[in-house]
Amino acid sequence: MPTNPFLKAGQAVLRWLFMLFVAYPLVLLGLGLRVRHRERLPAQGPAIVVANHNSHLDFMVLLALFPFLSVPRVRPAAAADYFCKVKWFEWLARNFVGILPIVRGGAQQGEADPLEECYRALEAGQILLIFPEGTRGQPEQLAELKPGIWHLAQRFPEVPIVPVFMHGLGRALPRGQTVPVPFQVKVAVGHPIPLLPDKYTFMASLRGHFEHLRGKVAPPPEQDDCLVEEGLNEPAKNEPAENELAKNESC
Amino acid sequence: MHGVLAYAFGGILALLVVASAVTALLIRRYPARSYTSVRLRIQTWWWLAGLLFLALSFDPLVALGLTAFVSYLGFKEFVSLVPTRPADNPTLLLAYLAIPVQYLWVHMAWYGMFIIFIPVYVFLLLPLRMVVAGETRGFLRAAGTLHWGLMTTVFSISHLAYLLALPEHAGTHGPVRGEMLVFYLLVLTQLNDVAQFLWGKLLGRRAIAPRISPHKTLEGLLGGVLTTTLLAWLLAPWLTPFSPLDAVLAGLLISLCGFTGDVVISAIKRDIGVKDSGRLLPGHGGALDRLDSLTYTAPLFFHFIYYFYY
Repeated sequence: MPTNPFLKAGQAVLRWLFMLFVAYPLVLLGLGLRVRHRERLPAQGPAIVVANHNSHLDFMVLLALFPFLSVPRVRPAAAADYFCKVKWFEWLARNFVGILPIVRGGAQQGEADPLEECYRALEAGQILLIFPEGTRGQPEQLAELKPGIWHLAQRFPEVPIVPVFMHGLGRALPRGQTVPVPFQVKVAVGHPIPLLPDKYTFMASLRGHFEHLRGKVAPPPEQDDCLVEEGLNEPAKNEPAENELAKNESC
Repeated sequence: MHGVLAYAFGGILALLVVASAVTALLIRRYPARSYTSVRLRIQTWWWLAGLLFLALSFDPLVALGLTAFVSYLGFKEFVSLVPTRPADNPTLLLAYLAIPVQYLWVHMAWYGMFIIFIPVYVFLLLPLRMVVAGETRGFLRAAGTLHWGLMTTVFSISHLAYLLALPEHAGTHGPVRGEMLVFYLLVLTQLNDVAQFLWGKLLGRRAIAPRISPHKTLEGLLGGVLTTTLLAWLLAPWLTPFSPLDAVLAGLLISLCGFTGDVVISAIKRDIGVKDSGRLLPGHGGALDRLDSLTYTAPLFFHFIYYFYY
C-alpha cells in the first residue's frame, strides 16, 4: 500500500473507475443481486469478510456490496501464483482491484509470512476479503476451508470476522468457462463469527456458519435438481495445477 | 410529447396522487395497522409511471431499448429461477443474444421476421447448440424451459415494442400513434391487476384458482373485467382507432387475458417453489411479477388490433 498521499488518492480513483466501468455493470446489470442483511457488513475497518469462492466474479460481487466511497478501503486477498505471474497483470490487479497477493503454500517453504500484506492492511484499518476455500472449486460446492483465516484471527483477536455466502456465481461463471452467463446471484451476510482458540473447532464453526447461510439462499442439496448436481462431478480439465497448489495453501 | 398523451399522463399523475393521499390518510387513521406493502407498491408505481413517461417522451428508440432491457431482466429472472444444466450455458448465451436480435427486427419494422424469429428459428437453433454440447439427460426439459422463457419474456413482450412501429392511423379525435397504443395497453393491463386486487379485497368470497393463487376471487375477476372494460371504452376514442364495440372487446380481451397471464406465471412460480420472482420492484416482487399479465395481453392485443386495423 502506498504511503504517499498522492499515490494513495490515485489508487482510490483507479479503484472507483474499476467499480464504475467493470464491477457495477457486470454485477448489477449482468448478474443482478438479491442481498440478505447487507447491513451486517462491517462499515468500518479493520474487519475481515470471509466468503465462499466459485467464480472469478466473486470478488466483484463482494466489492459491489460495499458503499461506493468505502470501496478503496476494501482489499480482496488473492492468489499470488495466479495474479502475480505477469508483471502488468499484477499492476492492474493491485491498482484497479486493490488485491493483497498471498503466496499459496508459502508458510511451508520457510519464506516470509504469506499473510504479511494482510497484516499490514488490517493494521491500516482496512477491510479484508478472504476466500477460505483458497480455490474456486466445483460449481456451487463448498470446498475444504484452509486454516489461514484462523492464524489471521489469532493475531488480530479484536477484528470481527463476517461470513458471506454467495449462490449463483457457479452457474454464471464456473471455472473453465470464459464468458459469463447472466444469472441472478443471491447473497446472505451473517453475524460476526466468535473467535475460538482451537483451530479445528474454529474451522468447523466457520463451516457451520457457511452452511447456515447457504440454507438461506440456496435450496438444500438433496432438493437440488439432479440436472444441476450432475455437472458437479466433471473434472475441471483446464486448471489441474490449481488443485495441487491449493493443497497446502494457507489463506 | 403528443397532446393527448400529455393529458393521459396527467390522468396517471392524478391517480397516483389520490392513491398516495388515501394511503397516507389510512396510515394516520389506523396507526396500529401495517400498510408497508401498500405503501411500497404505490411508491414503485410512481417509479414505473415515471419510467413509462421517459420511455414515451423521447425518440421511439428509447422506448424500444427500454422494452428490450425489460425483456432481458425478465428472461434473466426466469432462467435464474428454473433449474438449468451446466452444459447449457453456451446455449443460454445464444438465447440471450436472441433478445437484441428480436428487437432489431422490431426496429426495422420487419414484421415477417419479427413474428417467426423466436417461434421458428431460435426454437430450432437452440436444440442444435444443445446437441453440440452433448448432454442428453434432461434434454427435453432444458429445451422446453428455455423456449418457454424466450416466448414469454422476449417474444410476447416485444409485441409491446412493435406497436410503436405501426403506422399512424386515423382515430375519432385525431391521428393515433404507436405510443398511444402502448400507453393504452400498458395502463389497462396494469390497472386491471390493481382493479382485480381491490375488488377482490372489497367483495372477494369465492376463490377462483385456490390451488394456484389462493387470493384470487371470482368477485375480484368480475370487478376487474367491468372496470377495465369501462375504461377501455372511455379511453378508446382518444388513444385508439377502435369503434365502441371493438373497444369493449379490447377491454374484455385485456382483462380476461391479463388474469390468465397472471395465474399462469403464478402456477410456474408455484411449480418452482417461490412466492416472488425477485426483489427488483419493492412491494411487487421481481420483474416477472409485474410482466406476468403482459405476457398474455401484449401479443393478443397486438394481433387483435393488427388484424382489424392495419
